[in-house]
Amino acid sequence: MIFVTVGHQTPFDRLVRLVDLWAGERGRKDLFAQIGEGSYRPAHFPSQAFLSPAEFDARMQGCSAVVAHAGTGTIIKALLLGKPLLVLPRLAAQGETRSDHQWGTARHFAASGRILMAEYEDELPGLMDGLETFRPSGSLGTQASPELIRRIRAFVEEGK
Amino acid sequence: MRIVNRGGRLRVLAVSSGGGHWIELMRIMPAFVGCDIAYLTVRADYRSEVADAPFYTVNDATRWNPLGALLQAVRVYWLLLRLRPGLVVTTGAAPGYFAVRFGKRLGARTLWLDSLANVDRLSRAGAMAGRYADLWLTQWPGLASAEGPEYAGQVV
Repeated sequence: MIFVTVGHQTPFDRLVRLVDLWAGERGRKDLFAQIGEGSYRPAHFPSQAFLSPAEFDARMQGCSAVVAHAGTGTIIKALLLGKPLLVLPRLAAQGETRSDHQWGTARHFAASGRILMAEYEDELPGLMDGLETFRPSGSLGTQASPELIRRIRAFVEEGK
Repeated sequence: MRIVNRGGRLRVLAVSSGGGHWIELMRIMPAFVGCDIAYLTVRADYRSEVADAPFYTVNDATRWNPLGALLQAVRVYWLLLRLRPGLVVTTGAAPGYFAVRFGKRLGARTLWLDSLANVDRLSRAGAMAGRYADLWLTQWPGLASAEGPEYAGQVV
């Protein structure tokens, strides 16, 4: 099962449509999508507007791979579980977000081999073909880096 | 002002909006072990993730929704008056900005951690909140500066 998620804020129909086209071409039906309040409904697999945190975590745990926008929440949860993740960054010019910040996030994580990134739409089908065999590099602990925890702890204890 | 509780535990209000902001907030909370922590966010279903800690919600709002933002600001201020935390910590966005700004005014120490999502420049809320934050952190070394935020690691 491939889990498609666009997060909780604005819809991301462009991603859902691209994945739906891929599923149709490859004859895949074993996908599930969380699509927000988007107007595009996938034809080849089931979808739902929103998931509770518990449902989201269950979908993440049970899936073979994740396709998503480049939100930090989705990236962190996929890395925690060691799931292969392919992201398509949202574009401000398409009204998908208010700034192009997802590009920076995606480029950073893709450059270190932790996720796959489709910079352009036409890269997405090919990357989806190989997604389930992609193994993210490194692993993620359950909390922030020791350096950050120490710095915040010092602020808590010493006030600066 | 009730900065600490009986027993001398620091009262902390941890604030974020939804999605990645909340997940990033959860990952720094181990730094507050031993404090009395209350949470403020925008989604009621996050309550299940904080055990029995006091948990509050405000309406979600962005800067494209002035009326929603005003309502959110009033609610955040009201909660700060009720709780009187000694320390406010946030990962953004809008409710965190209000909490840092009003928290500072009410005498709390304030910590803004700009989201991991802001690689190339600070978030708008983060840039505005910096002057009210006693500790202003970015998660990207390239965004750190003497007048701006400090870099001290990432939530990953």
